[in-house]
Amino acid sequence: METRSRIDILSLFLYFAIAIIGIASVYSATYEDGSMNLLDGRSGKQIMWFGASLFVGIIIFFLNANFFEVFSWYFYVPLMLLLVVVLFIGADINGARSWIKIGSFSIQPSEFAKYGAAFAVSSVLSSIDFSFNKRYDVIKLFAVIAFPAILIVIQGDTGSALVFASFILVFYREGLTPLLLVLGIVAIFIFVLTLVIGFSYFAITALVLFLVFTAFTYTNKKMLIPSLSILAVVVLFSLSVQFLFNNVLQKHQQKRIQVTLNLIEDNQGAGYNVNQSKIAIGSGGFAGKGFLNGSHTKGNFIPEQTTDFIFCTIGEEGGWLLSTLTITLFMLFILRLLYLASRAKKKFKRIFILSLASIFFFHLLVNVGMTIGLMPVIGIPLPLISYGGSSILAFGIFIFTALKMDASRDEDLTSES
Amino acid sequence: MNRHRSLYISIAVVVIGSIYILRLFQIQVLDDSYKNTAERISLRKQTIYPQRGLIFDRENKLVVFNEPVYDLMVSVPIRLGGIDTNSFCGVLDIDRPEFDTRLAKAKKSSYRGKAVFMKNVSNRLYARMQERLYEFKGLFFEIRRDRNYKYNSSAHVLGYLGEVSKNELGTQEDDYYEQGDYVGKKGIERYYEDELRGVKGEKYFYVDIHGVNKGSYKEGKLDIEAIDGHNLGLSIDIDLQQYGESLLNNKMGSVVAIEPKTGEVLALISSPFYNPANFNIQNRGSYYNRAIQDPTKPIFNRAVSAPYPPGSTFKPIMALIGLEDGAITPATHFGCPGYFRLGRRTIKCHPHPFSTSLERSIASSCNTYYCNTFKNMMQSDKYANTEEAYISWRSYLESFGLGNKLGVDISSEFRGWLKEPSFYDQMHGKGRWSYANIISLSFGQGELGLTPIQIANLAACIANRGYYYTPHVVRQIENVDAIPEEFRTKHFTKVSAKNFDAVIAGMLAVTQNGTGAGVAIKGINIGGKTGTVQNPHGKNHSAYMAFAPVEDPKIAIAVVVEEAGYGATWAAPIAHLMIEHYLQADSVTESSKMYLETRLKEANLIPLKYRSQRDTSLYGN
Ligand SMILES: [Zn+2]
Repeated sequence: METRSRIDILSLFLYFAIAIIGIASVYSATYEDGSMNLLDGRSGKQIMWFGASLFVGIIIFFLNANFFEVFSWYFYVPLMLLLVVVLFIGADINGARSWIKIGSFSIQPSEFAKYGAAFAVSSVLSSIDFSFNKRYDVIKLFAVIAFPAILIVIQGDTGSALVFASFILVFYREGLTPLLLVLGIVAIFIFVLTLVIGFSYFAITALVLFLVFTAFTYTNKKMLIPSLSILAVVVLFSLSVQFLFNNVLQKHQQKRIQVTLNLIEDNQGAGYNVNQSKIAIGSGGFAGKGFLNGSHTKGNFIPEQTTDFIFCTIGEEGGWLLSTLTITLFMLFILRLLYLASRAKKKFKRIFILSLASIFFFHLLVNVGMTIGLMPVIGIPLPLISYGGSSILAFGIFIFTALKMDASRDEDLTSES
Repeated sequence: MNRHRSLYISIAVVVIGSIYILRLFQIQVLDDSYKNTAERISLRKQTIYPQRGLIFDRENKLVVFNEPVYDLMVSVPIRLGGIDTNSFCGVLDIDRPEFDTRLAKAKKSSYRGKAVFMKNVSNRLYARMQERLYEFKGLFFEIRRDRNYKYNSSAHVLGYLGEVSKNELGTQEDDYYEQGDYVGKKGIERYYEDELRGVKGEKYFYVDIHGVNKGSYKEGKLDIEAIDGHNLGLSIDIDLQQYGESLLNNKMGSVVAIEPKTGEVLALISSPFYNPANFNIQNRGSYYNRAIQDPTKPIFNRAVSAPYPPGSTFKPIMALIGLEDGAITPATHFGCPGYFRLGRRTIKCHPHPFSTSLERSIASSCNTYYCNTFKNMMQSDKYANTEEAYISWRSYLESFGLGNKLGVDISSEFRGWLKEPSFYDQMHGKGRWSYANIISLSFGQGELGLTPIQIANLAACIANRGYYYTPHVVRQIENVDAIPEEFRTKHFTKVSAKNFDAVIAGMLAVTQNGTGAGVAIKGINIGGKTGTVQNPHGKNHSAYMAFAPVEDPKIAIAVVVEEAGYGATWAAPIAHLMIEHYLQADSVTESSKMYLETRLKEANLIPLKYRSQRDTSLYGN
């Protein structure tokens, strides 16, 4: 049986390729003139965490693949407990209570919570009698991801909580009506429009569109009630956006959103990071300034240089070529995972691998988007690149678990859909 | 159906990835502005200031050297959030409000990525701060060079440095100076600025967010080494200069001594003087206002800027012009009854034998002789009218360097007063004035003003029998073959050499049996001429002009002591002591000379009205 387990070489190659870019970037971002060794400082720790990931990966490959499906709740529950525990014993770092200190190490349970949630989601979705038409099932499904998300928001790390939204992509793939996705996109559209042109103009525009629409369809009386209620919902939503934005969001959160939407120019406050990040990346040019030669990243002009804004080092020192290579590697990795998911014979495994792909995609979308000014500043790492033991280890375990599931696909005789 | 959804998700991944790659192409390849902004933010140019040229005296003694000055700078944009303000204030010995004011000021005055937080930090503070600078990111020292001095002497010759002014910045041609740079403001520091300043170097490097150097730009390929300024060798003999200063102590006046054969200035003193060290960059702030409030005007360089009527020291040149123009001959005698009659007016003379030769007219300083000489010239048949004769007379004077700036290498030179004929036309009407209106010019009074250096140059012209070199205080410029052309050009007077004999004989007689005989120096033949200058504002000025030795002149000198009385009492002995000091400095000291020296050094001739307002601390330290 074990001899038929073959790991997917392409995925493994992409994993190492991205990891090497990550180590080099962290090394360069922390490099000072003189004799700093690759194994010193943050790059050394980064390498150590990759080593730990490989070690755990090897253990995972000795496990029986069915173990994960059978014991999926044994992954979810303890990891959720950790999220609760951190609220009580967590160390307060930068206003977030999301770290547990063990000796000289700190671990961030929220990074591992994604892994746990993937088990629970896979378990719920793959159960024989699950249906998106059953209200209880859907509530259970959403509860499984809402629970960690809410705990993480309480910790004060909204960015990491938002990552759980990436499971909606998994639900969509597994049969959730796209209405929710469409509604989400429309909601974002109304949200942005309200902030850009203000509620009053938005309401007037909506009213005009409604009147024009009604004028064209006045023969069809059946359309009036639905379109009127759509108008009401849209206007009410816009009003509540205005209200929530002004009264619920804190000043710095408002600013981050406004800066992203280019509503305000603020290169010192909220816009500072993004502006400096764009300058660093933009100054890299076509081929970059060369390894260890990023004057802007070397000058510490960008906060969170090795973690959330690590892409700046890639962009500045490697230019457009390395940026493109990095994004392409990520794309290939995500596409490969999607392929692995599609060839899985068991639903559980498919959903699990799909979860990994979705989470990866979300991180890439938000992290890189933020550094080039296309997304608001949301502090989540670029997987396998950003410095951080918990993130490296959690993603490593996540990836090796997924690869193990793929490697053992031949054991699964029947194909479920 | 769900398999299609997998495809949709894959498409979404590719679309988002492509959008990001295109966006990166836009900001990294298409848009240059990020590159420029990055360099503006993180690339800095540091100016490497060269050593300003050193200044040595005639005997190669070091006079002026450089001393580092430390300005505590803050890099801009200012980010001092990380520093411990309390301990910072503690090290600098300032309180919190002062810290805030300085920071606010720095914010306003930032220039090219930095601003001054505290200027001229003391050496002690610099050392203390330097040790702890790593704690205070964003602050750094900029080192510049101020001047310091080996001797408390020669302030007016040397001048001083100051920060370049807005006006100087605006009018500079070569773009050398930047705001905050030091530039020569007075004296030779100003005149030889281009030689002294050297060439600034440049160093390009990256800085981090705190302005800390993060390594050189393009491996230093664009860096430029600083080139030190040229050293200057003064013609001033610092020993003679200091001796003269000791004689002029507590007096208002001036001494200028010139080597006649070269025009090199041996000593140039304006009194009251000040300690040049009090006027360097670090100290001038606390002394300048006191200096300009002092009624004795210690900053004013009398030697090149103050016009005095020459009085009787003018008589030798009158004699020379009279001889050259034919108004008199060496044998001309005029009778002097003790006055010169001018219609109903008389010009007084002082008692001396009635019949006066040219030689005796100089030795006994006869006014009548020169009134007659001037009258002869002004009424000479050679000229159509008085105006023409005056123009001729004036051009003789100009050939001796009067009426115009000599062009000495010290700033603020004044040309003196020597009126154009139009001045008298305005006063009396065109063609309606004669010798009688301007007779007092003949004995050095009236509308006539000579600076001490012009009088000294006059003495040099006589010593040289008819020529002079423009006086200058610098005789060597390191690495430059010669001093400027204008100091190597012989200027001939309009009086021919043969006419000097009789005048020189007269000047020798002054010190042998004339007005200056009382303070003669044994063993040195001095040609001199005393002057007692009428001063409408107070006591007469005491003046003297001389050169020695008569047979082979090595020094020409002019001395003016304001509101002091007779020329023979003060100016003449000062000049003679200087000559003696210069020509035979190691001679046996006679007791009579000792007595004279002491009397001069100790005399306080500052007019009583000024004494209480004088600020003697300017000379101190
Ligand atoms: Zn007389």
